[in-house]
Amino acid sequence: MSLDPTSLGGLVEAEEIGPATPEGEAIEGRSPWLLGWQRLRRDRVAMVSLVIVVLIILMAIFAPLATWLTGHPPNEQYRQIGLTPDGQPKGPSSEFWFGTDDLGRDIFVRIAYGARVSLLVGVVATGIAVAIGVVVGLAAGFFGGLVDTVLARLVDVILCVPFLLVAIALVSITGPSLSITIFVIGFFSWASVARIVRGQVLSLREREFVEAARSLGASDPRIMFVDILPNVLAPVIVYTTLLIPVVIVVEATLAFLGLGLPPPTADWGGMLSDAQNFYTTAWWYLLCPGAALLITTLAFNLFGDGVRDAFDPRSDQLLK
Amino acid sequence: MLRFLVRRTGQGALVLWLISMVVFALFFVVPNNVARTLAGRQATQQTVDLIQRRLGLDLPLWQQYVGFVGRALRGDLGYDYYHQVPVTTIIGQALPVTLSLVIGAAILWLVLGIFNGVVSAVRARSFLDRSLTAFALFFYSMPSFLLGLLLLYFFYFQLTLAGIRIFPPGGYVPLSQGVGPWLNHLILPWLTLALVSAAIYTRLTRGSMLDVLGEDYIRTARSKGISERRVITRHGLRSALTPVVTQFGIDLGTLIGGAVVTETVFSLPGIGKTTLDALNQQNQPVIIAAVLLASAAIVVANIAVDAIYAVLDPRVRLH
Repeated sequence: MSLDPTSLGGLVEAEEIGPATPEGEAIEGRSPWLLGWQRLRRDRVAMVSLVIVVLIILMAIFAPLATWLTGHPPNEQYRQIGLTPDGQPKGPSSEFWFGTDDLGRDIFVRIAYGARVSLLVGVVATGIAVAIGVVVGLAAGFFGGLVDTVLARLVDVILCVPFLLVAIALVSITGPSLSITIFVIGFFSWASVARIVRGQVLSLREREFVEAARSLGASDPRIMFVDILPNVLAPVIVYTTLLIPVVIVVEATLAFLGLGLPPPTADWGGMLSDAQNFYTTAWWYLLCPGAALLITTLAFNLFGDGVRDAFDPRSDQLLK
Repeated sequence: MLRFLVRRTGQGALVLWLISMVVFALFFVVPNNVARTLAGRQATQQTVDLIQRRLGLDLPLWQQYVGFVGRALRGDLGYDYYHQVPVTTIIGQALPVTLSLVIGAAILWLVLGIFNGVVSAVRARSFLDRSLTAFALFFYSMPSFLLGLLLLYFFYFQLTLAGIRIFPPGGYVPLSQGVGPWLNHLILPWLTLALVSAAIYTRLTRGSMLDVLGEDYIRTARSKGISERRVITRHGLRSALTPVVTQFGIDLGTLIGGAVVTETVFSLPGIGKTTLDALNQQNQPVIIAAVLLASAAIVVANIAVDAIYAVLDPRVRLH
């Protein structure tokens, strides 16, 4: 319910309410979302991480700008100027800011393009996992009974699959590609989301507002998605922000094991895999893509941590 | 308790059976050319067919599967395609490597994680707490292959460059060849796994310790005049450790097949590395056995965790 100070009649009363509400600003009932956002904005670490995340996203979107700045396309092999006379990678210089790799390619430009793969897989695979997890969790928790038993067992099975081995196996069977990477990661990551959502729905479905909705004749899907879903969104959002960096690491890991995107696509994990053989002669080859990857996951994790503190009231209490 | 164990074992067997079917189908449905590879380039179709028959690959898929399950139940997981070595032997050689890696790392991360977690909780919101949290989050964000490569770069390469040869660049030496060399080859891999995992334990311990320290019985313990150290270690830590035990069991199980990255970076011929190599050779019997072993480890770990959970915390009813 919102109170409009102007509707209260005389200025005097408005003055009395005054101090908390500057003139012209309505007193509002603050939703949990608004409160969470206000808490998040006060969290300096989370806001700095958010800025870094945004910068990385911008870097991915405007990766061609790196080519424009340096004049080096990501896959161009500068065998004359980019390699030492005996064919080794060259260190950072004004020509190649982060040095070159073993094929004479510009590492700076490739890092900028590599951000695209990491972020795309991170966001899309997480989105798939969360979508499946929310639907399965809602259905299991809401319908209960046989549906719940079957779905819960399915979640158990998925959680017992040795994910990394099976992911590697799947990718090596089908051959590496962007879509298979996204699919494999998304398909094996939804089970935990389903578990979280199911647990919440189990208690929510007994609440009065669900009964009220049902007595008004609302259909099952309507109750599930319109009445219950908004109440489980907070933990889902927290989990989502914390899942993105995990997915980015898994993608880089697959690429590191030789199952990333096919060359010559620039990919941080793939670059680090190549760097393995050259770290004794070319530290920049290992450290630059490594730093890019670490900064990205760290920024996402710090931000996710802030989101959890802000939107999950329990963890807020813990800190006090 | 017994009924619980029987039922959970049954469920676990069901899960393993499902996984075995899916994995089996996966590897045999896709066109494979193992027989062709084995026969060599110049081989006639006849030779290829012969090899196909000898490996049993000419049978319909369901017959192959039934045969596989029948033999597997008798402890025979088949033979490696390339060297005709029993798969059980290959797995038997890889398992000690993985166990050395995982158990050593586990001890390290438990000590590190729980100690830091308790310190963080007792000094909540202090500078020390914030530093430890930052430290934990830093390593939590670190992909294990990156940490492994960085450790190699600094502790193997830079040290060797400085004339200090302590750590090898990788490889595995069995314990039977001396404790020194075994330790030497495992310290960096242990650090890699432990630092990445310790972060989760720090945060888990910190969280549940803070929860527990707010309980009434802790206040009672304090008011009885028990020393703070004793309150924390005997009263607090005991119940705060339940979620840690859960996580620990699941992590141990997962890492039997999940240490593939660390094993690759440090050239340790464990389960993960063996599977990766088998995949590159399309060596199906080895892949299937390794995936099943890894799944079995997770299933067993889950059952063990539930059982231990009930023992640690009598309030938990097994149902």
